[in-house]
Amino acid sequence: MYCSNPLELAKRESELPTKTWVRVFEEAAGVGVLQADFTGGEPLARADVVELVRAARHAGLYVSLITSGLPLDEAKLAALAEAGLDHFQLSFQGSSEGVAREISNSNTYAHKLKVLQWLKKHRLGVTMNFVIHRQNIAELESMLELVEEYQPGCVEFASVQYYGWGLANRALLLPTRKQLDHCVTTLREAEERLKGKTRVVFVVPDYYAKYPKPCVGGWGRKLMVITPDGKALPCHAAAVIPGMQFENVKEKSIREIWENSASFQRFRGNAWMQEPCRSCERREQDFGGCRCQAFLLAGDAAATDPVCTLSPVRKKVDAILSEIPSASGTLIKEKRLWKYRPNPS
Amino acid sequence: MKPELTAVPQLAPGVRLNEKTQQPRMLLMPERALRLNGPSLEIVQLCDGKHTVQQIAEKLHALYAKAEPQRITDDLLGYLTLLHEQRAIDY
Repeated sequence: MYCSNPLELAKRESELPTKTWVRVFEEAAGVGVLQADFTGGEPLARADVVELVRAARHAGLYVSLITSGLPLDEAKLAALAEAGLDHFQLSFQGSSEGVAREISNSNTYAHKLKVLQWLKKHRLGVTMNFVIHRQNIAELESMLELVEEYQPGCVEFASVQYYGWGLANRALLLPTRKQLDHCVTTLREAEERLKGKTRVVFVVPDYYAKYPKPCVGGWGRKLMVITPDGKALPCHAAAVIPGMQFENVKEKSIREIWENSASFQRFRGNAWMQEPCRSCERREQDFGGCRCQAFLLAGDAAATDPVCTLSPVRKKVDAILSEIPSASGTLIKEKRLWKYRPNPS
Repeated sequence: MKPELTAVPQLAPGVRLNEKTQQPRMLLMPERALRLNGPSLEIVQLCDGKHTVQQIAEKLHALYAKAEPQRITDDLLGYLTLLHEQRAIDY
């Protein structure tokens, strides 16, 4: 219900076959890509995930799985490690069984604790990822207890991003200013305490930020997202922008798409920028923020990201923030208001 | 926190060098990569769970015989501290 994925995931039968992915990994490594993140949906749902990890590693890539940890048993994890998996990012919805079940609509918490043990045993890189929002931000301390118990290399507290399902449920998910301030203080202390053990990363809810995030490290500068059916996107939410046409790796090489496709060129560099971005000294730091958010909130994908305090439409974001109830909402009462993604068949 | 000279650094789980055939040489880690050249590559290659900080320093002194040894040791300790805080190495 907070997933920033598109509201409709691709149907399984349209997914790329193994051999196409193998070619894609080789092409990507050949043009200088360093890392491949397998995300989703759920990468473990691919029957050939071990084979894909092996191929990506063999091509010379650093391989991460970004996953809920399901479906997975220890034998499968051992096979992934043997195939060359480098890093496992495991997502958590909360630190207690109740909230985790409520938020993800499934019962997985105890299983994830087991997965953490297996990861340690097989010496894989581990990032614990907590997605933070108004319904679980009060549990930050107990999430940190869990982190201190397992001591992963990295923990990421990622605020919900308001795209896809996150946007559909935004009114229930945005934390209050007070909650956010408390969260920042708590995480600064944790960062000091965990120095040399666990790296603490906090992704702030950008509606509260002064300047926008450097979304995807700048459009067409660092990242290529390839969807399960082979479309190459400059950002995972790029499909919300009207008029975007995406090339498919079934038809074109990675190099050709990266260098020549209209979609990757559309917001590359800074010639597309409007004021206040065009003359802003921060334009090479945050690249004007997120193109998808500019479209979703300002109605123009080339506008300054409206979360920026220099944006002429920042007041729209302020209006959204002013509508948040000051006390944190209780989950039970609000339950029927959630919009869930139906499980993919 | 600076390491003791007797500490034995090794790459942390999920951290590795790219292959010898790949240029430039990089230290790959979750969501990040660090470009290595000259001394930084030599240091990382010696973070193998076998050499103490003291032994790594001695190897660097031999490699860079023209430089002031104390300066080399200080630079090494500084670099190891950074790698440890970035969770690239453990002791």
